[in-house]
Amino acid sequence: MNYFPDEVIEHIFEYVGSHRDRNALSLVCRSWYRIERCTREKVFIGNCYSITPERLIQRFPSLKSLTLKGKPHFADFSLVPHGWGGFVYPWIEALAKGKVALEELRLKRMVVSDESLELLSRAFPNFKSLVLVSCEEFTTDGLAAIAANCKWLRELDLQENEVDDHKGQWLSCFPDSCTSLVSLNFACLKGEINTGVLERLVARSPNLKSLRLNRSVPLDALQRILARAPQLVDLGVGSLVHDPAMETFAKLMTTMNKCKSITSLSGFLEVTPRCLTAMYPILPKLTSLNLSYAAGIPGSDLIKLIRHCKKLQRLWIMDSIGDKGLGVVANTCKELQELRVFPSDNIGQHAAVTEKGLVAISMGCPKLHSLLYFCHQMTNAALITVAKNCPNFIRFRLAILDATKPDPDTNQPLDEGFGAIVQSCRRLRRLSLSGQLTDKVFLYIGMYAEQLEMLSIAFAGESDKGMLYVLNGCKKLRKLEIRDCPFGNTALLTDVGKYETMRSLWMSSCEVTVGACKVLAMKMPRLNVEIFNENEPADCEPDDVQKVEKMYLYRTLAGKRKDAPEYVWTL
Amino acid sequence: MEKVGLNLEATELRLGLPGSADEHDEKLSSCSYSSSSSSSVVIRSNKRSSPEESIDDEEELKSNKRTMISHHNDDQDKNVPPSKAQVVVGWPPIRSYRKNNGVQQQQQEQKKKGEEVYVKVSMAGAPYLRKIDLNFYNTYQQLLLALENMFNCTFGEYSEREGYNGSEFAPTYEDKDGDWMLVGDVPWNMFISSCKRLRIVKESEAKGLGCL
Repeated sequence: MNYFPDEVIEHIFEYVGSHRDRNALSLVCRSWYRIERCTREKVFIGNCYSITPERLIQRFPSLKSLTLKGKPHFADFSLVPHGWGGFVYPWIEALAKGKVALEELRLKRMVVSDESLELLSRAFPNFKSLVLVSCEEFTTDGLAAIAANCKWLRELDLQENEVDDHKGQWLSCFPDSCTSLVSLNFACLKGEINTGVLERLVARSPNLKSLRLNRSVPLDALQRILARAPQLVDLGVGSLVHDPAMETFAKLMTTMNKCKSITSLSGFLEVTPRCLTAMYPILPKLTSLNLSYAAGIPGSDLIKLIRHCKKLQRLWIMDSIGDKGLGVVANTCKELQELRVFPSDNIGQHAAVTEKGLVAISMGCPKLHSLLYFCHQMTNAALITVAKNCPNFIRFRLAILDATKPDPDTNQPLDEGFGAIVQSCRRLRRLSLSGQLTDKVFLYIGMYAEQLEMLSIAFAGESDKGMLYVLNGCKKLRKLEIRDCPFGNTALLTDVGKYETMRSLWMSSCEVTVGACKVLAMKMPRLNVEIFNENEPADCEPDDVQKVEKMYLYRTLAGKRKDAPEYVWTL
Repeated sequence: MEKVGLNLEATELRLGLPGSADEHDEKLSSCSYSSSSSSSVVIRSNKRSSPEESIDDEEELKSNKRTMISHHNDDQDKNVPPSKAQVVVGWPPIRSYRKNNGVQQQQQEQKKKGEEVYVKVSMAGAPYLRKIDLNFYNTYQQLLLALENMFNCTFGEYSEREGYNGSEFAPTYEDKDGDWMLVGDVPWNMFISSCKRLRIVKESEAKGLGCL
């Protein structure tokens, strides 16, 4: 390869897309490092505090697409206090200053101000795609700026963000000349939108493939919009409530019949069982179905609907479908790859899901590789069966609603069950545990989970040994998050070098003390060790023997961050 | 003199919340709002308690369901695993967006909006009427279960074409216009805002009621 001119190598590198492969290329030799960095267009940064934007821009001058993640994962569950960080503005500012030709920005768990959206919309003339997942602080004013100023906008995808609705009509800010939209998702917005404006926008967007509406878009508007966009591939229904005027409903069914391309369906933020029948024409072609927000649909209706979805690969549903319903899924959806079952609050005792539903799924859906399962109980026998039936799991997340519940049949902890999972699923990359668990499960994980990258532990284990098994055994571990476990200083400090091989470690309500964190911070200067002190006044130095309520540490080349709030101490 | 066999309890006049006697609890438990799926179990009777207490219940509900503020920290041993009755921050691990905007929240908001809406419930052949609080329920499923228990009857499976087929009884209601309608045709919110009273009729009577 040394004798190839750079252009040839560049050309070859064009075919290498994935971040990991690209990272590997850059490590081969100096010239490959140089060529790779000059040609890389997409960069993924899993922790926005691991590097400074300036350094990023310096290394990758051709940067066009940036993905950033901010807050730690447990922020999703209200474990990270407000104001922790993850501000995107400094990044956008730096990219603008560095004259980066940014086209795409994807953010997760970051704080996005209207100011940053406004700057984004004006600083990058070629900007095409904005994806915000679980972000906060922006309002519809910021969206208005994006709509108004991004001439070539193709994608505006807002997923599960907390957005303040200011009465201004952000949708109207898309100019008449904007005809480039391919994907528009505003399902998480709470406010009203002007359906006439939306219809006109859809009408002038011939490339629109994905459209996800919010709750304010009623059935009749949905029908009119779909009539103008029969080419849609991905639809998010807003409100599907029985319209007293039967005619509109009939019209909708006719229109649905003409939507021959829809393969992904979601939304149903407000829906009545009767209106679900309007979806029947498109069910046979669906590969992805998300009914996890469809409140109040009885299990029987869900079952009736699922029977039509023979091509489903991804299903997100509520546990009101019940074990019986999961049996129907198992018999119908033979292509199923990803399943998420969310807890509904509002169910009779008999409608919840247990280990039986999961076993049924494992028997009927051999291609299953991703699972998120909230259930009332789980048994070792069931997990062992599931492990045998589905050896292909990549992501396995089990959340038993009573976090420390043992196997109800044997009253034993679930060590053996999860042990079977890690032993059988050699490709497992992500695992979340729950139920009563001793140190033994961690012994199994350390022994068998060779590809494990992310592990979430809650209310489990008996001693430091548990955590040590994991740190010693899982060579590919990148993210470890632990809450309410009896792991302490010995576990934390035995192998400090390990943390530089990982992205981050979260420990809350464990047995780790301030003193131990200080030792760790001193030994490892390239780690930021943050402890959160919500209860004490800011200038009160904690005692070394005091237990740490919350600790988050991560490797970084950026040094101590300057935007931490008062309650965060970086040691 | 023994009082055995007189079953004085049944005729005893007592001050206390309805459903506080054991036998009542069994009947009511199936229509109680038990939420073992969230991290706390709240078993309630189908009646609101006195105004002061109901405020506390609301608060408890709020803190249980939405913010899930933990009582943890200094006093409690942190490594005591949560029993069903304790409230734990962040468990079950559901994204706060989903918690705030999903099923539970919608229903919380509905509940907050309405005060108690008591309506009379009559049944052909019963000696006296009953009253229930419509706002206590969130879906038809819950309401019908409660009615089935209260009157010891069963409704069949609801279908749009045939109403409650396959059973002796069907639930109907009188709406704002004074018409008698079959329960289940319209969205829940529309139903509770227009329902003036309920009546459980024999299936043969119900067949005549408008479905289309």
